[in-house]
Amino acid sequence: MSARDDILAACRAARPPGDHPLPNLPAFAPASSDLRAGFEQGLALMGGRSFDLPAGTALGAFIAAQFPGERLIRDASGELPEFPRVDAVNRPRDLENVDVAVVRARFGVAETGSVFLSESELQVNTVGYLSQHLVVLLDPVALVAGIADAYQRRDFGEVRYASLMTGPSATADIEGVLIRGAQGVRSLTVIFCPRTIEDAAARSAG
Amino acid sequence: MSPETHEPVDHAAAAARFIADAPHLAFHDTRLWELRQKRDGQMHGVPEWETLRDLASAIKEHTLSRLAEYLEQFEAQAIANGVQVHWARDGAEHNAIVLRILRENNAKTLVKSKSMLTEECEMSPFLAQHGITITETDLGERIQQLDDEPPSHIVVPAVHKLRTDVARVFARRIGGDPENTDAHYLAEHCRVTTRPLMLDADAGLTGANFLVAETGAMVVCTNEGNADLSANLPPLHIVSVGIEKLIPRQADLGVFVRLLSRSALGSPITQYTSHFRGARDGGRMHIVLVDNGRSKRLGQAEFWTSLKCIRCGACMNTCPVYRRSGGLSYGAVYSGPIGAIINPAYDPARYAALPFASTLNGSCTQVCPVRINIHEQLYAWRRIIAAGGLLPGKKRLVMRLAGVVLGSPALYRLSTALARTAVRILPRGLLYTRLNGWGRDRELPTPPSESFASWHARRKKAG
Ligand code: SF4
Repeated sequence: MSARDDILAACRAARPPGDHPLPNLPAFAPASSDLRAGFEQGLALMGGRSFDLPAGTALGAFIAAQFPGERLIRDASGELPEFPRVDAVNRPRDLENVDVAVVRARFGVAETGSVFLSESELQVNTVGYLSQHLVVLLDPVALVAGIADAYQRRDFGEVRYASLMTGPSATADIEGVLIRGAQGVRSLTVIFCPRTIEDAAARSAG
Repeated sequence: MSPETHEPVDHAAAAARFIADAPHLAFHDTRLWELRQKRDGQMHGVPEWETLRDLASAIKEHTLSRLAEYLEQFEAQAIANGVQVHWARDGAEHNAIVLRILRENNAKTLVKSKSMLTEECEMSPFLAQHGITITETDLGERIQQLDDEPPSHIVVPAVHKLRTDVARVFARRIGGDPENTDAHYLAEHCRVTTRPLMLDADAGLTGANFLVAETGAMVVCTNEGNADLSANLPPLHIVSVGIEKLIPRQADLGVFVRLLSRSALGSPITQYTSHFRGARDGGRMHIVLVDNGRSKRLGQAEFWTSLKCIRCGACMNTCPVYRRSGGLSYGAVYSGPIGAIINPAYDPARYAALPFASTLNGSCTQVCPVRINIHEQLYAWRRIIAAGGLLPGKKRLVMRLAGVVLGSPALYRLSTALARTAVRILPRGLLYTRLNGWGRDRELPTPPSESFASWHARRKKAG
């Protein structure tokens, strides 16, 4: 018999007695009704920061001002034509010299301060990890209350790769000392701003 | 589970060596207790915590009771998503499959993220023998790899080391200043020396925390993002995973993800909770589903629920014996309370001492997010090991004493002069919290049907 058939047969033969029904998942009340505040608290706890885009400020200029001295800013959101595009590279490793990458999250999770990013938002998955710093654009209305709510969404089943990202890469593997920027991004900054109209038009045209 | 030796593990002697090293012992004990306290803090912030544990336990028991069906559903989904699915009865088959995939893809360098399964299969030495260069990408695992040591904890692999140890290992193996023991410097040194290896790697290998039968998703939780780099940089991604990791529905992740990192590190979620369903354009993805003793354990009435384990490490962090003996003293891939009930299933003679490395205080059972009755299984293993005459006579007493001494703060403090030093340098408040630490949870454990003392007395009469 093949290993597959052997293993399946062994599991069937060893089936534990009893019914063991699959429970229904109840909905729990969200920790806070203020999703925005919850998100910001959760994100801060995990080492991320968040800003509102100040009224009248251009997004690209605002981002550049947050990272003085960083040279290469690449954009995956499609909303910042002044920066080179993430998908203009040939191989995933070619993003290794990116200082700052800009992506737009599909949605955020208030419970934990997480953002949903899949291959369609990242364009090249490695940009979320090879860049030194990650800027995540998030529409403040695109927030769900809890992790359980996030997993009720169909988004996960529609993509090949998706990550719930919560703050920057971190480790405490050396004597418990917390370090941001273990192997991935050193910082993660969320900027609350709705998607620009021009880009929505570009997307539907594309 | 080292192949060179099948000598019984002498946990008590190894633990005594660990205790004799006061600074290491003090840090280890303090750090793991801190993780336990952070876990408690998170638990108190989630009013439905106990309900989540009930749900997690019920979902896992349901899945395990229909494991063949869910494996078939997962396989069909994965194949539909373009993933190649492989099956391995044991570690040797797993290793051969991984080597074959690497060879078919002409891959000579492999970057990997943490996977206890590959430790279980002893994959890395096997692949190294066959000319594959392997780089661990998790910082703790990398430290352990460079020091030729196995991980000592399933979540924080190098928690038994001090920064001075790390500086020495790095200086010896990857350059760097042996005198600079700043943790930021050391982590940065590892980052800049590991990244080129990741950029150039031919293949990446990750484990998985959960497999979703409904969608074919393989879910990987890390804080460093190293699994995402290992999977997304090279053109080939291999996932090695035990068959017990299945859960039925995507929505079930809403239960498990909420419990995992809160239980493990006391953070609400890992920095990266990543879902791999298929290869990116131009990439290839394989999964190896490994049995290696799991189907056998599924048929053991007293022990099958240990397969519910989500490897959070909470039972280790809370265990007074583990905190004071160190993971390596268990001489096995899995250490702590969960290791003490898993390892004997593989080799009861070799791991006969491990179920005795416990005070049966029940703290492990209280913190377990999937409600495994760990302390009852420890007790059940003791009965089996004693009935099988597997404890060598002259070791009987010392092993039982290890559990008693390591678990009793009073005896423990008296046990060696160096241990007294450790106690002296710990903050007094911490010590006192620790003394009663395992009584602080919401519920009390079900007491074993027979007390350790009466069991001991009966054994003495019988023996
Ligand atoms: S037995 Fe429970 S507490 Fe221990 S590692 Fe497994 S899931 Fe965590």
